Amino acid sequence: MELKEKLIASFMAFENLVDIDLPVHDVRSEAIKEFEAQGFPSKRDEAWKYTSLNSVLKHDYSVFPKRENHIDYNDIKKYFIHDIDTYKIVFIDGKYSSHLSETTHDGIDVCLMSSALTKPKYRLIIENYFNKVATKDSLSSLNTAFSQEGAYIHIPKNKLVAKPIQIVHFSTGNEAALLVQPRNLIVVDENSHVQIIERHQSLTQNPVLTNSVTEIFANKRAIVDYYKIQNDNENASLIDSTFVNQRQESIASVHTFSFGGKLIRNNLNFYQNGERIDSTMKGITIIGNKQHVDHNTLVHHIEPNCESHQDYKGIYADSSTGVFNGKVLVDKEAQKTNAFQANNNILLSDKASINTKPQLEIFADDVKCSHGCTIGQLDESAMFYMRSRGVPEKEAKALLMFAFSNNVMNSVKIPEIKQRITKIIANKLGVNIGFDL
Amino acid sequence: MLKINNLHASVEDKAILRGINLEVKAGEVHAIMGPNGSGKSTLASVIAGKDEYEVTEGEILLENENIDELAPEERAHKGIFLSFQYPVEIPGVSVTNFMKTAINATRKANGLPDMPANEMLKMIREKSEMLEIDRKFLSRSLNEGFSGGEKKRNEIFQMAMLEPKLAILDETDSGLDIDALRIVAKGVNKLRSKDNAVIVITHYQRLLDHIVPDFVHVLFEGRIVKSGGKELAHELEEKGYDWIKEEVNA
Repeated sequence: MELKEKLIASFMAFENLVDIDLPVHDVRSEAIKEFEAQGFPSKRDEAWKYTSLNSVLKHDYSVFPKRENHIDYNDIKKYFIHDIDTYKIVFIDGKYSSHLSETTHDGIDVCLMSSALTKPKYRLIIENYFNKVATKDSLSSLNTAFSQEGAYIHIPKNKLVAKPIQIVHFSTGNEAALLVQPRNLIVVDENSHVQIIERHQSLTQNPVLTNSVTEIFANKRAIVDYYKIQNDNENASLIDSTFVNQRQESIASVHTFSFGGKLIRNNLNFYQNGERIDSTMKGITIIGNKQHVDHNTLVHHIEPNCESHQDYKGIYADSSTGVFNGKVLVDKEAQKTNAFQANNNILLSDKASINTKPQLEIFADDVKCSHGCTIGQLDESAMFYMRSRGVPEKEAKALLMFAFSNNVMNSVKIPEIKQRITKIIANKLGVNIGFDL
Repeated sequence: MLKINNLHASVEDKAILRGINLEVKAGEVHAIMGPNGSGKSTLASVIAGKDEYEVTEGEILLENENIDELAPEERAHKGIFLSFQYPVEIPGVSVTNFMKTAINATRKANGLPDMPANEMLKMIREKSEMLEIDRKFLSRSLNEGFSGGEKKRNEIFQMAMLEPKLAILDETDSGLDIDALRIVAKGVNKLRSKDNAVIVITHYQRLLDHIVPDFVHVLFEGRIVKSGGKELAHELEEKGYDWIKEEVNA
């Protein structure tokens, strides 16, 4: 059976597992119809022109993990930011792991989507926010149809959440092939500030496909910083759709660090529903072998006096391929918009490739919008300069690549994340030098 | 220390060096002068090991070892330093971090452990004070947005940090005002000892008032056509290069 048919058939089995009397179930039923009508995206879709899902859809995925699996914390500690105190919402093969997690209801809610969807005390938030900013594209609809587990974070107004929140998904290989569909909802109310780190990690060589949807609501003057660490093994693929709805004077940033995985597709969408909003989307991609990373971004400037900053750096080795498709949409009402977009790429091999496509659609006449994309090689004269001072070729390359991606790191506010990313990059580049640049 | 025998080098099949012979002994300062396009910078780059130049004939010996096949970093580890005519801007890499990486790579190649951090800091302080370099400058990105003079002073700072056996200064005086020139010369003279050597490549005599050479060579059309003592530099300053060209063509 094709995966599409299997999923549609599974929906009925899924209905037996959940409470179908809840209002959310109508949303799910609508969504599965939407998915059935659209099917999986193909290269015929403009938004998927350079990314084919064929190689990841061919597996016979388990849709419902059979049992709860246990992992010892010491075996997976390294996948956490563990040198600082954090809240943790951890899933193993799609199931919540209470012993690895550290949730809270103390003034804020850092807990599970499954309880938020079912318990009466969360009903109002779910009604107001759940599936309100996610689009009805086929993959998001598929996720919505099966939405059950994931992180639920609600920060009421005037809260400065001191501890970052980590959302970590592990897959263990207990299933021959596993499809997981996490669904996260993050609501940050007036004047509150929260920092979130998300990671998906496969502990097996069995194929894993994650189709994740995250909805983020940054209400009036809220600050949300979101970090995505994508450094999975080469049998794990990720489709991440993140939707950020911002209200006036809110500041939201998403940093995406893509260093590993078979295929990664990031759909990142910002909607500015208010004035004086600031949106930041930044990313570093460093991949090799036959890996593929596709960044598909949208920032929709709806109201006046807002800013958006996009800065994506990519380094592609071997036969790896990259895509950057960045859309900036400025409505007629959105005067005095400042929108910046940059996508710079280095190709380290003749076989690597990048397709970069900035799209600016501007309907207002008093705006500042700039975009630029570059594709190049490492600067030979800089290489000779560094080597002539005694820096070996490999380290010189690494320093140049690190320097190339450095301005993305400048806006990372958690030092431990900076250190971690730096380490991953050094590892990736096969050098052992401290980049305390 | 350095012995160059019948060196021929070309870039993209165009011969630039056509039989250079030069011997530089420890403790000596040699000046290489010559008109534009005579091959001065090429000679410097070939000694430092730049890939795009192909050595077609002859050899370069450093302390009796042929270095033709060595990578630029291996030559640096053996004590060769080239001060660039046009130092390259490297955004995102600070001067300090670059120096740390370079020094520790050199130490590693020579079987030494990393330099302890406090020792490194002390050295950075001493050398930057000697060259009258503001400490703030050292945390800036390498050469990025530096003025011409700052770039050259930074080259000499790096030289002082790396303490090379053989320093080659390629047009270090260009773009320097008289004060900067004096500071740069001070840095170079400080390095001079009986154990190391300096090659100064320059158009003009003025740097040689401060870094006094033992020998002066005139490079013309890829060959050393005349050698002499420091008085040759004065003669060139007075009379230009035309008389050399005439002598060669005669």
